[in-house]
Amino acid sequence: MSSLSVSDAAVPVDDRADHPLAVKVENLSVVYRTSIEKKPTFRSTVTRMGRGQRVVREVEAVSDVSFEVPTGTVLGIIGANGAGKSTLMRSIAGILPPTKGRIEVHGQVSTLLALGVGFNGRLTGRENVVLGGLARGLSREQVQEKYEQIAEFSELGDKMDMPMRTYSSGHGARLGFSIAVHMEPDILLIDEALSTGDAHFKRKSAQKMRELVKQARTLFLVSHALGTVKELCEEALWLHQGRLVMRGPTDEVVAAYAEFQEVGETSTTLEDF
Amino acid sequence: MKALVRSGRTPASSVPVQVYTPQRMRLPRPGSYLSDLWDRRHFATHLVRTQLRAQQSGTVFGQLWLIINPLMLALIYYVLVNILRERGRGADFLAHLTACIFAFHLVSTSVTSGAKSVVRSGKLILNTAFPRSLLPIAAVLTAFVRFLPTLPVYAAIHVYAGLPVGPHLLWALPVLVELLVFALGVGLLVAALQVYFRDLSNFLPYVMRLWLYASPILYFLAEVPKGVKPFLAWNPLVPMLAAWSEVLHDGNAPQVGHLLQGAAWAVGALLVGGLFFVSREREFAVRL
Repeated sequence: MSSLSVSDAAVPVDDRADHPLAVKVENLSVVYRTSIEKKPTFRSTVTRMGRGQRVVREVEAVSDVSFEVPTGTVLGIIGANGAGKSTLMRSIAGILPPTKGRIEVHGQVSTLLALGVGFNGRLTGRENVVLGGLARGLSREQVQEKYEQIAEFSELGDKMDMPMRTYSSGHGARLGFSIAVHMEPDILLIDEALSTGDAHFKRKSAQKMRELVKQARTLFLVSHALGTVKELCEEALWLHQGRLVMRGPTDEVVAAYAEFQEVGETSTTLEDF
Repeated sequence: MKALVRSGRTPASSVPVQVYTPQRMRLPRPGSYLSDLWDRRHFATHLVRTQLRAQQSGTVFGQLWLIINPLMLALIYYVLVNILRERGRGADFLAHLTACIFAFHLVSTSVTSGAKSVVRSGKLILNTAFPRSLLPIAAVLTAFVRFLPTLPVYAAIHVYAGLPVGPHLLWALPVLVELLVFALGVGLLVAALQVYFRDLSNFLPYVMRLWLYASPILYFLAEVPKGVKPFLAWNPLVPMLAAWSEVLHDGNAPQVGHLLQGAAWAVGALLVGGLFFVSREREFAVRL
């Protein structure tokens, strides 16, 4: 596999011709308007009117990014905080619409994004799994079938029937990971969601990820743990302030990124998960 | 599908392809949006079920509460109206009052719970792509299921008041549909607004209380003084509740005018609320 630099990233790669495309991103820009206030209220809008302050800010999270990912690739995405990694993930998952450009996704996408699962703390783990699956567009039977696997893998046992607000953050993360990997996605997007969980579960999830990789599924892994990226990913993509800086074999990209960050490959940055 | 995809040599046509492009006018294609909505209908129905379970509607006392709450409201207003008026009102007015309060309660719970539906599901919205309008739809469905146990209560009062029972009561169905569609339209609108103004749901109870007084619930529409009537034309619930009372209390088919005005308000509300919601929903993920 040839190394890809930014300039030829959008050009089809010949020696990959037998692997169909999984994701194609063309000149993607994502600009969104967001409020500076934590909780925008009608009251604060009215009281602000006289002062003429603007609290809505435009953020260009991703600007003019193009790349292609063939099926079966494990792509690491690295970059400093605020580089646009999560926004890129959400765009590929269809959660955020592109402002410019085009995204083509071949296959079912499953996400494990930064905030994890459990959208309603009052509901039990079981209900959250079922609702999450149905929201992803699975049928009732499929959800029922997957539920057993998820419950078993997460090792939560009786806790599955308790409200999610009683879960520790580690339990929540375990459930989130179990859901994401058991949705049998063609493309799995994982966003820094592996940092919680005990040593036993970390090992188990790393093993599961390797298993998925073997099954030739496409995997996008956003992580600050460069060791994990190096271990799991063959290719990496480095984003900085919304722009694609470099794409290529993981070792080269990670080395360049580490140098840029002036951290070097110390034990902290390489720390597993 | 498994075997095909895992080989890594699948022809690209065998896997679903999604293409995301910038949206013109911020609206998705109506056909694909509606079919997406239909595909995920089980999500909405399951959400209704879990919401009912969370509200303890499955238990005996939970069920009882669904009836007691609006019934107490009706009784309180019945006593109040009888105190305020020199001549007391009979059982037939009680029937009108309960019928209209129950219907109003359906609309107001749809709207108030619809308002919170999107904001409350923050994590799900941040992680999953699905038509967000399923959330307010589920809120309205939940309110509807909670409305159902009040029907036998009303039926008892209806019979006790000696009001006519007959096939004309079937006219209540189209009116009920109008109320539901209208509630959904308003629910969609406030659910989207709540994302931008988080204190909206704090104002809503006051708005609802005013709306209750401005609707022909504590009085009959015919009793409204001439000078006030033009103002009532701006209240969408007036034609619907008037038709509701005409069917249930007066024992007639509703006036065609009321039925049509109600339908117009309902469809209008659904269009305005629905379009506003759908045009905004892709932005919710960055606003929550």
